Amino acid sequence: MKILVPVKRVVDYNVKPRVKADGSGVETQGVKMSMNPFDEIAVEEAVRLKEKGVASEIVVVSIGVTDAQAILRTAMAMGADRAVLVQTDAALEPLGVAKLLQAVVDRENPGLVVMGKQAIDDDMNATGQILAARLNWPQGTFANTVTVADGRIEVKREVDGGLETVRLALPAVVTTDLRLNEPRYATMPNIMKARKKPLETIAADTLGVDFAPRLETIRVVEPPVRKAGVKVGDVAELIEKLRDEAKVI
Amino acid sequence: MTSLVLVEIENGAVKQASRSAVTAARAFGEVDVLVVGPGADAAARVEGVRKVLHADLPPLAETIAALIADRAPDYSHLLAAATAFGKNVLPRLAGLLDVQPITEVVDILDAETFVRPIYAGNALSTVRSRDAKKVLTVRGANFLPAASEGGAAGIEEVSAAVEVPDVEFVGVELTKSDRPELESARVVISGGRGLKDAANFKLLEPIADRLGAAIGASRAAVDSGFAPNEMQVGQTGKIVAPDLYIAVGLSGAIQHLAGMKDSKTIVAINSDPEAPIFGVADYGLVGDLFEILPQLRTQLGG
Repeated sequence: MKILVPVKRVVDYNVKPRVKADGSGVETQGVKMSMNPFDEIAVEEAVRLKEKGVASEIVVVSIGVTDAQAILRTAMAMGADRAVLVQTDAALEPLGVAKLLQAVVDRENPGLVVMGKQAIDDDMNATGQILAARLNWPQGTFANTVTVADGRIEVKREVDGGLETVRLALPAVVTTDLRLNEPRYATMPNIMKARKKPLETIAADTLGVDFAPRLETIRVVEPPVRKAGVKVGDVAELIEKLRDEAKVI
Repeated sequence: MTSLVLVEIENGAVKQASRSAVTAARAFGEVDVLVVGPGADAAARVEGVRKVLHADLPPLAETIAALIADRAPDYSHLLAAATAFGKNVLPRLAGLLDVQPITEVVDILDAETFVRPIYAGNALSTVRSRDAKKVLTVRGANFLPAASEGGAAGIEEVSAAVEVPDVEFVGVELTKSDRPELESARVVISGGRGLKDAANFKLLEPIADRLGAAIGASRAAVDSGFAPNEMQVGQTGKIVAPDLYIAVGLSGAIQHLAGMKDSKTIVAINSDPEAPIFGVADYGLVGDLFEILPQLRTQLGG
């Protein structure tokens, strides 16, 4: 079975984002960019499924600017076999991305798509579900554990009260939660090897897909700043403040 | 304009986050709700609900999204609370309707303009939707929940004559708790990696009991196995905004702050005076939590 893993290039999770002065968005120029952490988990899970003999080939795909090649190389250093970059400099949102991914699915015919549950920049948590809807495939979102057997995939999902289990016919879309696995580090020999793995670039405009954004960003602002608090000396003072000043206990 | 809100039932009552979604939907006009499984009568009593649509179906995104898509021509806005359930179903619905969903909405400016946090709550983005229909998930903490009594809506049985993919619902393992639900609790006490192990998490329990608080955890504490994942507060866990949030032994990483920085009063207890949590705390206490927690328990009485 072939597994397709979509990955996104985002501002590194350790970077404190800065809102642009003109309110048009968040500064990304000259900022450290990395693979979205949830997507690293997706790559790791695909590699593990290959190591178990469930998957025969892992194709990673990213949609966006040419610089996204760097994260595709990272994914290949983790164990993906080849990569596809759907190149565009245009603004993207989950619906458009899902449509472009659908076009890639149509070309590649994977038996399973594994992807992160959300990107840490737009925090949408939507692309996997939209893709599954458009393909009319089942979805196993927020996966905590996955098991493939007898042409089906069992997904233990992280839900509000605990864990829920669904069994999906393949092909299916699975989105990863944080506790699915711990992604491996790419070793130097594997990074070297990844340089030789195939990376195909397709211009997004050639896929015959309308991926123009449906949302117009009016403005992006910093959230209200909390006013500085005080340090208290001991527990008695803390309780007194909570009781008499904040009136919350 | 009329909206449809997909509501969740918990212990025979409409979940607070769903009642907040009903409030959000009232900004657009009349509100119908959809209940899947038992609990349609409880939904009918929620204030401000015009009509309850009830479907006897398993809680699967594939079926529910198809069912709502089938009814969508009657509605301008389709909403759910931004819970695990809502986040699973609504984007799929948006995919079926060819609409860009707007998730985690914290404010509604007009029928097509919405505010949502991005970058783990480090920025607020105002967006206007060009789609004919709006598909939204809303943050419960940002909308006052509609009253659970006072309504008298009629109930209409609905079913979906649609073909859906082959999915089997196997079951659910819930974590049992007598404490208030994390997302609706008035007081939350959360532990981080500073608690050092799962057994020490129990130090939070007597204090939670005295304050009627729910217990939360940082991602680090969950990843270290100190607490189950449904207790996680943060960008990738639950978003809470209680009256009082007490952060114990957690540093205040941006992923955690995204889940709690709209709390009314924040208390931080940490041995590191430089911990970022002190940057958002109204009251900070620097010291060893293993000394402070027993004192807190004693001095709170009870």
